[in-house]
Parts: sequence; structure tokens; C-alpha cells
Amino acid sequence: MDLFLQQTFSGLAFGGIYACVALAVVMIYQATDHLNFAQGEMAMFSTYIAYSLLHHGIPYWWAFLLALGISFVGGVLVERIVVRPVEGTGVLNEVIVFIGLLVIFNSLAGWIWDYTIKPFPSPFPKQVPFGITFVGPHEFGVIGITLVVLLAVFLFFRYTQVGLAMRAAAQDPASARLVGIRVGWMLALGWGLAAAIGAVAGIMVAPIVFLEPNMMDGILLYAFAGALLGGIGNPVGAVVGSLIVGVVENLVGTYVPFVGSELKLSVALVLIVTVLVFRPSGLFGQVVVKRV
Amino acid sequence: MALLEVSRLEAFYGQTQVLRGLSFRLEEGSVTTILGANGAGKTTTLRAICGMVRTHGELSFDGHAIAGKATETIVRHGIAHVPEGRGTFVRLSAEQNLRLGAYARRDKAAVEEDLERVYGYFPRLRERRGQQAGTLSGGEQQMLAVGRALMMRPRLMLLDEPSFGLAPLLTEELFRILGAISRERQVSMLVVEQNASLALEIADHAYLLETGRIVMSGSAEEIGKDEAVRKAYLGY
Repeated sequence: MDLFLQQTFSGLAFGGIYACVALAVVMIYQATDHLNFAQGEMAMFSTYIAYSLLHHGIPYWWAFLLALGISFVGGVLVERIVVRPVEGTGVLNEVIVFIGLLVIFNSLAGWIWDYTIKPFPSPFPKQVPFGITFVGPHEFGVIGITLVVLLAVFLFFRYTQVGLAMRAAAQDPASARLVGIRVGWMLALGWGLAAAIGAVAGIMVAPIVFLEPNMMDGILLYAFAGALLGGIGNPVGAVVGSLIVGVVENLVGTYVPFVGSELKLSVALVLIVTVLVFRPSGLFGQVVVKRV
Repeated sequence: MALLEVSRLEAFYGQTQVLRGLSFRLEEGSVTTILGANGAGKTTTLRAICGMVRTHGELSFDGHAIAGKATETIVRHGIAHVPEGRGTFVRLSAEQNLRLGAYARRDKAAVEEDLERVYGYFPRLRERRGQQAGTLSGGEQQMLAVGRALMMRPRLMLLDEPSFGLAPLLTEELFRILGAISRERQVSMLVVEQNASLALEIADHAYLLETGRIVMSGSAEEIGKDEAVRKAYLGY
């Protein structure tokens, strides 16, 4: 029973990280109908920025916030400079740009910080509060941080004017322009937010998987699986889907003997294929009702 | 000075030219209607004013040259466009749709007042305020589109087929409300409407559009009496 609880909570911690990445992916997907394949690499790059800030002696949480801010600005710039020129020129062009971004961020990180694996600190106390034993201190902290992020994102889109305008711009750009919303900037803002949320995921997962340019590869795949499972067009679904993926992946790795930790990533692929075959709209996929 | 002044306006979809040198003016506080057959360029005229299609020529609104500007910049001068097909944000609630109309405004208290006023005009929308807008009936969505436009506190409303898909009784109700709005709020209107007799009823001025050119203009009364217009557009 202890093992089960431990693996479940460890799965939830990973699921929270997948959820952040999935949320970033879904945000851009809702506005553009494209999956940003570079989301993971952007998060990795943000983590390196946090790493550099820490190396310059900046206290952890300041480095954390600063890295988020830099990622936000970076995301906005990427949209303005790289993505915007190819916008609406066709799916292939845009996908190629995303893949180009992926390769560029990956090589750039390797070039600046080299490819050796680096340890990354965890900010959480060594002891879990309340005498809880079934979850490690870092995982406990990760669950807390991701909950805070998810809640903040929810409140932003639900209750702020800008959040509402971003949703409107994603749903119907023409109508959004007609009420005076600057749709182009909303897209850029979406990229900035996505980059910042991805940065949280990168910084939270780095102490577990260690810092290296390919650290987000598997995580992006799990995030895609989670987003698809929950419904790629639905942020809440993507979060729930990611949490499910995190837990299932961990439990399968623990209890199904031939899977182990080597084949765990295939669980994500199996999930992706299964969802696409049997329920393409995902578990919580919203069917948009539209009258004409 | 005219509120809206259009001169030698041309509009294009790709290589296809739809408007061929349109010139007209619209006085502050007046209701103007554009009549014409399908494909004459009525919808395109409204879209051209809002910068939604590629244009040549001059457009001046309240002294501002708006030709070639971005849609979101043009509408911030006080132009509200109720588009063909209503342009509902289907996954947001009815009230969120209305509030988005006030997106560019900073006068919070007046926005709340206007929301109440819109609910006053369209009580059905108050009943449905929390409902996902995509699930509203066609008529309710049309009210929502007009309501959203009113939330912008516009000086000019561009209305594209406001009666589209509405039952006759509802259509009359909507036009009665539009007439009241233009009188009480001093909102100018440019109306494109297949139901020409209704449009002429609330309009002060009318233009007749044929294949991208204005072929007749005059007071709504004169145009309504014209024999050719009656035969072609009013059906008697």
C-alpha cells in the first residue's frame, strides 16, 4: 500500500509538470490550431537561464521569477520575430518553423552551456511537513507549485479582461478585431504566457531528471499524451489528462514487470495512438455547439 | 461636416474587384440604408469601411482618415460593425460576449449602465446571460450581436442583414429597437438589409448599389416611391 501511495503521488508530481507543458501547448493550439513542437525546448532553455542566474548568486526564488519574466519576453519575441511572418502561410510552413525552433533552442543550449549533465537544486525543505511519509519533499513541493500555477492561469482566463480578450481572439479573430482587440498582440501574449508556464515545468523537473539539452524530450511527449487524452482544445481537460498520464505512467512502470522504467515512454505513445483511434476529441473534448 | 465620408472607394477580394469607385456621405445622427441585389457589394461596403478587405480610395470618419488602417484601430474611433453571420464568440457566455463589446472602453461605471440598457432592450439576453452563446437561438444571437455593438457606445453602427434568420415578428421588434436607439442615443446607422421596405421605414437616406457602383441616391421616402426600386426590391 505504501508503494502504491508513493507511486501515485510521484505520478501526480510528474503529472503536474506535464500539465504545465500541456497547458502551454494547448494555449497556443487554441489560438493557432498548431502544436508548438518547440515548447519543451523553450522550457529547457528557460531552465538553463534559471541555472545561470543561480550561478551568479541570485537567491532561488528571485532567479525563479526572473527566469519566468525572461521566458515571457522571449516567448513574445519568438512570436513577433519568427512565428508571425509565416502565420497563415500553410500548415507545413508553420510546423517546419516549430521544428526549426526546437533544433535551434536545443543546439543553442548545447553551445552555450555544453551537453554535460548538470545537477539543479530543489528549493524545497528536506522534510515534508505534517509528517507525511508517502511523498518525497521535492515532489510535494512540485505538486504545490503546479497547483498554484494552474490556479493562477485559471483565474487569469476566467476573471481578467485581458484573459477574456485572449480567449475571444483565439475563438474568432475577426469578431475580436471588431470589438477593438489587438489580435496580433494577444497571440504574442499567449506565446509569452506559454513560455513562462513551460519555464515552471522545466525548473521543477530539472532536479529530478537533471539539466541537459534533451531533458524535456520525454516530458513533451507525455504532455502531448495528456493534452490529447483530456481533449486538445480544452485547457481543463489537458490538465486532468496530464495528471492521469503522470499517475498511469508511474503505476504501469512500477507494477507491470516488462515495462519497468525503460519502456515507460512507450506508455505515452500507446495512449496517444489509443486516444486518436477511439476518441479523437479526448475524454473531456468539448463539442462546440453552433447554430447557423 | 459628414460623420462618414466615402470617396472613390474600391475593394478587392484577391484579384476580383467588388466595389468600383463608391462615393457617399453619411450625416451624424442619421440612418442610411444601402439597397441592392445579391452580389452588388453591400456587405463589402461595410467590410471595407472597417478595413476587413483590401481597398483603394478615401474613407474619412469624424475627420480621421481611416482607409488602410487596421480593423481594431478603426473601430476604436467609434464604429460598431454587426457582421454578417453575427460573429458570436460561441464558447463564451452571453454576458461575456456583451462585455467584450466594451473591451476598448475605460469608463467602468458607464459600461455597467450600458449593460443594463442592453438588457432593457433585449430582456431575453438577461435570462440567458450565463449561457454559452453558441447555444442561443439564431434570433437571440442576433440580439447579442446588436447588444455587443451597443456596448461599444458607437457613433456609427454598421448593420449587415440584421433580420437574417429572424421570424417576422422578431424582425419588426428588432427594427423598432434600432429606430429607438438611433433616436434616443443619436447613433448613426448604415444598414444593409434584404427586407428593403423595413430598412426604408427606419432610414432617412438610401443608396441603391448595382455591381459595385451607386446608381441612385435620395431620401428614403423618394427612393421608396421610385417605380424601378419598388418593382425590383419591394415587390409591388
